[in-house]
Amino acid sequence: MFNKIHLSALTVVGAAVIAILPATGAAQQALTIASWGGAYATSQIEAYHKPFEAKTGTKITSVDWGGTLGEISAQVKSGNVKWDVVDLEAAEALKGCEEGLLEKIDPAKLPAGADGTPAAKDFIPGMILPCAIGVIVYSNVVAYDKAKYGANGPKTLEDFFNVTKFPGKRGLKKDPSVTLEWALMADGVAVGDVYKVLGTPAGVDRAFKKLDTIKNDVVWWTAGAQPPQLLASGEVVMTHTWHGRVVTANLTEKKDFAIVWDGQVQIPDLYAIIKGTKNSALAQDFIRFASSSQPLADQAKWIPYAPTRKSSLALIPASNPYKVWLPNAGHPGRSMSTNSQFWMESGDDLNKRFAAWLAK
Amino acid sequence: MVADSTTALGQRLRKAERRGHFWAYVLIAPLFLFVALSFIVPLGTVLLNSVYDPIISDNLAHTVRALDAWNGPRDQVPPEPVFAALAQDLKVAVQEQKAGSIANRLNIEESGLRTIFMRAARRVAAQEEGPWTPFFEAADPAWVQPLIWGNIRNLAAPTHSLFFLSALDSRRLADDSVAPQPEDQRIHITIYLRTLGVALTVTLACLALGFPLAYLLAHLRDKTANLLLILVLLPFWTSLLVRTTAWMVVLQKEGVINSLLQALGLIAEPLPLVFNRFGVVTAMTHILLPFMILPMYSVMRQIPASYVRAARSLGASPSTTFLRVYLPQCVPGIGAGALLVFILALGYYITPALLGGSTDQMISYFVADNMGRSLNWGLASALAAILLAAVLVLYAIYDRIAGPGNLKLG
Repeated sequence: MFNKIHLSALTVVGAAVIAILPATGAAQQALTIASWGGAYATSQIEAYHKPFEAKTGTKITSVDWGGTLGEISAQVKSGNVKWDVVDLEAAEALKGCEEGLLEKIDPAKLPAGADGTPAAKDFIPGMILPCAIGVIVYSNVVAYDKAKYGANGPKTLEDFFNVTKFPGKRGLKKDPSVTLEWALMADGVAVGDVYKVLGTPAGVDRAFKKLDTIKNDVVWWTAGAQPPQLLASGEVVMTHTWHGRVVTANLTEKKDFAIVWDGQVQIPDLYAIIKGTKNSALAQDFIRFASSSQPLADQAKWIPYAPTRKSSLALIPASNPYKVWLPNAGHPGRSMSTNSQFWMESGDDLNKRFAAWLAK
Repeated sequence: MVADSTTALGQRLRKAERRGHFWAYVLIAPLFLFVALSFIVPLGTVLLNSVYDPIISDNLAHTVRALDAWNGPRDQVPPEPVFAALAQDLKVAVQEQKAGSIANRLNIEESGLRTIFMRAARRVAAQEEGPWTPFFEAADPAWVQPLIWGNIRNLAAPTHSLFFLSALDSRRLADDSVAPQPEDQRIHITIYLRTLGVALTVTLACLALGFPLAYLLAHLRDKTANLLLILVLLPFWTSLLVRTTAWMVVLQKEGVINSLLQALGLIAEPLPLVFNRFGVVTAMTHILLPFMILPMYSVMRQIPASYVRAARSLGASPSTTFLRVYLPQCVPGIGAGALLVFILALGYYITPALLGGSTDQMISYFVADNMGRSLNWGLASALAAILLAAVLVLYAIYDRIAGPGNLKLG
């Protein structure tokens, strides 16, 4: 009886091991890529994953993550790395690289653009980092429901902060990045001086003082899917959003949301490789492929995010309905790019202050 | 012959008992393993993380030793050998991609130290040999100020209480004294009080709603009671996230309740029911209600109806009967339900995050924020450890007041 139980236990364990084996990819090469879900992940699956799978026979698994370094840190520190490639923002990419959570990526191995321009010149500045390569640029904008305001909607960032002229709740991402830049811009700081001012204690005070004026009227969101919902349900009269979410809601769900382009803050998303992954070489191949001219241009078929290579922009046909919605398509109003270096250095301090300000 | 068979019998018996014990252990082994892996190990890790923080002692080992050897007063800058040791440590740290972690660790204690540290780290590889004091001074004049050195000395031991100080809104300054955090960073005590307040409100709301329902369930015919019990348990079949989101749909500005009230002409403007404390308490009460009802129901069912009848027949009024005969017998159920709801409510995260405003977040939100965004796992662990301690203290107080027998979970 003893032996029988032993045997059957062994069989069960054996079967479990066999069942797990293919998932770890002993036979077929496999990659796990963590990104942000929604329409954005779809665009990456269509433009990067599928062609790469067809070309190399790799099986790519796509997962969603929250974008905080803690999730990566937990994997690296426990030695149990589940993801190979992550899509993250530049401040996290810089910090993760410094903390030893991400692998170095050799910029010399990036392929030249479709028009022959070397990669170093083809990428727009700031897209090639020691541990990450930029793939898209998206924009943070204010959006509102046209059904609510008609032609008299908010037109500038100042309107977003004006609760007398535009009463009602407004949505903001629960994050100091973008929020503080907007507070300063709405308070009259010139686009070029935002980070200079925000780099001083007096500038930080000034930003929070401006935020105090709308604090009671803010609904804070955390996930990118929330702002279109908040607008649709009438919970807010206007909201900070990633511009792609609004454009796709308009084009695919027949919504009538308008974008206030004034004060748009452009932020890149980058691909990086988690340190300690067993598929490092394959992950490098994938990033080189995904960040080459054609896949970057193809991505704009599914979401209006701008490619990070100049050569890719030329490959997007005028017939693409998203082309006029790219962040740089000549929109009115002030426009700036996030300063990732600034956010890497001051992010923790400002986040601490922001969390304390919110909680009071 | 007889003696022989007794010994043989005894041996057989012992053997059988041993086998019985063996199988008993084998059968509980999976549970034991599960509890160890999923409960004791993580909890132990959290407690360890809240005091154990070897980043500085591991990566700046030579510097720490040189500082110990010098051991000068806190308002002075250490001599050249300490700078030389730091240069030695820094070269290795840069090579091993550790400089960023050290800089971030220092910055947690004092804003701005990250930049100062990284300036030196970026230059150190290019410098072959000393004197090192001028090298560091050229990298950043702050290196010849006592501030950064005081902070390095505070972090020199691999175990320290800095995370707990920070969790209680205090900090250790460069001169080794303990002071409150700056006004604009003092939040944790407020959040702990808020967490207790929300949990208490939810517990009271659950009690007020749950007691009559449990009474009803306990006094109905079995068939009807079972049907109603299924309705009580029904919410358990849906995930927490779904129930929370459903409340958002119900409570939002153009949601079910506001539309109804407006259609009835009772209100002109929609009421703010969500993204505030009301929304959080409402949803949490709904989600936690079964945990209150079930223990109360099981206790109430075991109270013999004859006690109440006896009290009435001896002339007690209905209210006296209820207060002096029925209610005291319910106490174990009330205690168990209230404790269960209160403790579960203390750790709530998703519901306040989705239905609350910025001033309705509870302590778990700050634990998650420190884990994910700031990578300050030590502070997150200390915050969690204090919550754990608070729960244990509350339980001990309850136990003292109500007595160990007055807790009945079913």
